[in-house]
Formats: sequence, structure tokens, C-alpha cells
Amino acid sequence: MPKYILIDHTADIGIDVFGTTIEELFTNAAFALFDIIADLSKVECKVEYPVKISGIDREQLLVIWLSELLYLHDVKYLLFKDFHITDMKENQLTASVCGEVFNEDKHVIKTEIKAVTYHGLSIVQENHQWKARVIFDL
Amino acid sequence: MADDKYKIQKIDDYRWRIPREGKMRVDGIVYADKHMLEEIQKDESLQQVINVSYLPGIVNHSLAMPDIHWGYGFPIGGVAAFDMDEGVVSPGGVGYDINCGVRLLRTGLYRVEISGKLESVVNTLFANIPSGVGSHRKDLKLSQHEVKNVLKNGARWAVSNGYGTKEDLEHIEEKGCIPGADPELVSNRAIERGLAQLGTLGSGNHFVEVGYVSEIYNEEIAHALGLEKDGITIVVHTGSRGLGYQVCDDFIRVMIDASRKYNVELPDRQLCCAPINSPEGKEYLAAMACAANYAFANRQMITHWVRESFERALHVSHKESKISLVYDVCHNIAKFEEHVVDGQKKRLCVHRKGATRAFPPNHPDTPDAYKSVGQPVLIPGDMGRCSYVLVGTEKAYSDTFGSTCHGAGRVMSRNQAMKIAKGRSIAQELKEKGILVRADSRATLDEELPEAYKDVTEVVDIVEHAGISKKVAQLKPMCVIKG
Repeated sequence: MPKYILIDHTADIGIDVFGTTIEELFTNAAFALFDIIADLSKVECKVEYPVKISGIDREQLLVIWLSELLYLHDVKYLLFKDFHITDMKENQLTASVCGEVFNEDKHVIKTEIKAVTYHGLSIVQENHQWKARVIFDL
Repeated sequence: MADDKYKIQKIDDYRWRIPREGKMRVDGIVYADKHMLEEIQKDESLQQVINVSYLPGIVNHSLAMPDIHWGYGFPIGGVAAFDMDEGVVSPGGVGYDINCGVRLLRTGLYRVEISGKLESVVNTLFANIPSGVGSHRKDLKLSQHEVKNVLKNGARWAVSNGYGTKEDLEHIEEKGCIPGADPELVSNRAIERGLAQLGTLGSGNHFVEVGYVSEIYNEEIAHALGLEKDGITIVVHTGSRGLGYQVCDDFIRVMIDASRKYNVELPDRQLCCAPINSPEGKEYLAAMACAANYAFANRQMITHWVRESFERALHVSHKESKISLVYDVCHNIAKFEEHVVDGQKKRLCVHRKGATRAFPPNHPDTPDAYKSVGQPVLIPGDMGRCSYVLVGTEKAYSDTFGSTCHGAGRVMSRNQAMKIAKGRSIAQELKEKGILVRADSRATLDEELPEAYKDVTEVVDIVEHAGISKKVAQLKPMCVIKG
């Protein structure tokens, strides 16, 4: 099972993300976000950031989680590749994420993502498998 | 035609009705021809036209322009107006890139004068106008206090700080400053993102394009707009950058709670909204005005660097290059405007998401210089074909809340575009057509390849045939910088 697949959306980009646990689902969604932004094979884990967020439900938590990482990317020029969720509840998440500051001699940016949208957002569990759909604004 | 899904009725050759049913409060009306309507039905955009019609206080119709495509919440190419008392305002009806827009500059230069110097022009523009991750002008350092002045004053801030002239302000929608902006309602995060990104182009479909007037359809109006055949033009397309994205993101969270509080039933969470007169609605509009003003300032600063770049690359003075602003339009915005509804003048909150204001001649908001011809409308096409200059009409004012299309509209997802571009050099292909391109990322060029878009000519012909805009001139690209 792949971590995620891209879905065809005319203007923007959407992903279907998979995971055997809810934590893995969230981790893979974060991976997908940065895999769309940059070539992650060239990114190393050099800096670590703590992340603590909350939302009204699991779906909103997913959008807030990805938006938080996108904000850190935008203001600190960070590219993240590893995500460790240390605690997770229905509406709360604590994690440690690591990556590297963007270096134009080393890294390749593929796409700028403006935002994580709520359009068509879903999280479902089927046959012991979690699946989420998220659409990004490009 | 596969019209069973939506029960589409033909009104005339260029308008189609999605009749009101179920929870729809008004009909949907789509501007398209038969062929384009078939294309439009391939994605989810018509469902989005229907979803918008569910929102409280929507007036007349949920409208879609011919460049409509699947967005998030509202379709891109969507127009909806809301009653001031019963209606709502929705950040998803404006979009993340608040006041993404286009401005057109004319010059005193002609095609023959610069065609041998394009390499120098494109390289100078690419060096002077920041694009790409973390890129910004080294000579620009702003304090938080100063950014708040930008948010309050928009393009006026830019002009009073040496970026451009007072005359420029006369030729910007809202004169470059939307009233009611309150920087205290903009989050620290949004300000933080805005600090580093003022005066940057961004990436994706944002660009600065140098071109020439290739065709004139209406001599009299073209003359009023200062456009003549083979005259060099510059188009700037960008918006409010990370600041706008963060304002939208912050207020979507507020509006998700507000929709529950005010019992608004949502077909899509992205359409979350609040009554225009509620504290949440007012606060969003005051923060949105800040982001819109930031975008006006952004395009104004980029204009200043375009002027400098031309002088440097062509060794001409500003008196010789004569670069002046034709007009600057917003295409992601919510505005308070007066329109006639059922024979009565009413103030409405008009949302344009991927749609352009197209006010008629003699409207008070049409700039003095264009009073007799109508408000200029700027429609960029893809990198390889052409762009258009139109003007607004009385029919637009009466039928579409003074709105028209905003661009070509994508037909291909970025994923499909990347597959088609594989193994090709888009930059080389464009060079062979005489168009020089500089981009920060190769992937941007692949995603933005010309075939990924509808033919802008078809889009523009529909709005002209439908009478909601009038064609004035066609512009062809010579060189482009992208993020």
C-alpha cells in the first residue's frame, strides 16, 4: 500500500492518504504534503520542531496539522521529512517533526502549496485501514 | 449531452440554467457555449455552483463565468451576491489568495525596439523581482508597524514610499485601497508571513509578462486606454502571498464555529460563513480588506521594479519608456456594491472568486479617464497564446452584478500536465515560438504548459457574445518570468 496517491483535481492538487493506524495516516499526510512541495530525497533531518495542535474533530485536526507544518515551512523555510506523533486524541495532537532549512544549492522545490482546504475533506476507516482525502490550494 | 445529472436548461446560446430544487435558494446560471459546457461537466464545478446557491441571503442567481473550473468551496469563476441583512460572507467565496489580481502597464515602446533585447529584459526582470522560496529584495526591511501601514493603506503606502506615482493610484480598482481595513484583526502569524513576502511574485500561475498589442478590436476604446498596435505592454499577476493565505485560514476556523452558531447548514465545510452583519462577518471583512490592500501594494512595488528593469535593460530613461498603469483588477474578492435588484437599488456583498469586476461606462467607480468607455478588464491567457483587454458593459452590470471571466481556466489537472510535459522542455518549445521564459522551478513550467488551459480566446468570445464584456485588444507574449 502506498503512503498516498495524487488525485486529479483541475485547479489544485488532492491526495488520498492511507495508514494502518490514525497516527500513521496523519504522518503519511504530512509526508505527502512535503513530497509535493520538494524532492525529499535531498532533505536531511537536521532540525527538530515540536508541534502541538487541537481541533474540533478529527477532520479539522488533520487540516490544522498540515496547515501548521505549512506555516513553519513558509516562515522558517523548513522542509520536513520525518514526523513522530507522540500523543494523539480525537481533537488533539502532539508531535515532533524534523527536517532542514531550504538551501537553493541543494534542494529542489517542485510546487508551492498555498493552503490546506476543507473542500471534500474526509477520514474513513475501512477493513482495518484508514483513508483520508485532502485538497490543497496551489 | 450528459445533462441528466444537473437538469441543465438552455437559456440562449451562451447561458444555461440549473433550476432551483431541493435546498437551492436560487437558480444557478452558467455562461458557456455548448462545447464548453460539455467540458465544464467533466469535473465537479457545477456541483459547486449548486452548493453556493444553498447559502442564506443569496440574491438572484449563483453565477458561473465561462472559465469556471473545480475549486474548493466556491467554483473558480464563481460570482454570488448577498443581501446585507439576510446574507452571509464566506472566506471560501474569496479564496486563500485574497485580491489575487492582474494589472496592465502600457509603454511608449514598440515591438521592433525591444525584440532584439528580450534576453536582457527577461534576465533583468527575473533578477529584480523576487520569486521562489525565501526570496525577497535585500533592500526591503519592514517593521511590524510598517506592515500595518501597508495593510491600512495598500497601494497608497507603496506610492508614498517611492514605489510609483500618484497617477498610478487613479487606475487601480478601489484606487488601490479597500476601506475598512483593521490591522488589529490580522493575526501575528499572518503579519509574520507578510513581513518577508511583500514585493514578491510567488509561484504557480503568478507571473510578469512582457508582450505587445497584436490585435485591436475597437480603435476608439483602445485609444482611450492608451493602447496601440505593436505597443509594448506588461502584465503583472500576483496576490496577497502568505499573508492572505493565513488570513483566509484563520477566518475559515472562525467561520466553521460561526456556521454552527448561526445555524447555517453547509453542503461543504469550505463554504463556512457568517452573517455579513455578525461580529465574525465584520471582522473577516476588515481582515480581508487588509490582505487585499497588501496585494495592491505588492503589485505596485513590482510595477516599480518593472520600470527600473526596463530602464536598466534597455538603457532608456523613464521619460522614454513611459511605463504607465492602464488598470489593476482584483479577481478574488468580496466587495460592498450597489446593484439593481427587482427594480430597486440595493447594497450587496458581491463575492468574486476567479471573476473580474466589469463596470459599465459612466459608473461612479469607473476611473475618470475611462468614464466614456467602461472599466478595463484584464484577462490573462496561458504562457504560449495570448491575453485580452476588455471593458465592462451595462449588461454585465444588470445581469452578473458587473462581473465577467478572469482568465483561461485550467482544463488539465497539474498531475495530467506534468505527465504530458514529461520528456519535453517547455522553455525550449516556447523559445521556438519566440517567447522567452525564466522560472524559478522547472516543475512550474511543466504544470503551466499552454495545453493545460482552455483557449482564452474561446472564453473571451463567450463573454463578448453574452454581452457582459466588450473586446478591445489582444496581447501576445514576448517574455515571461514565473515563480
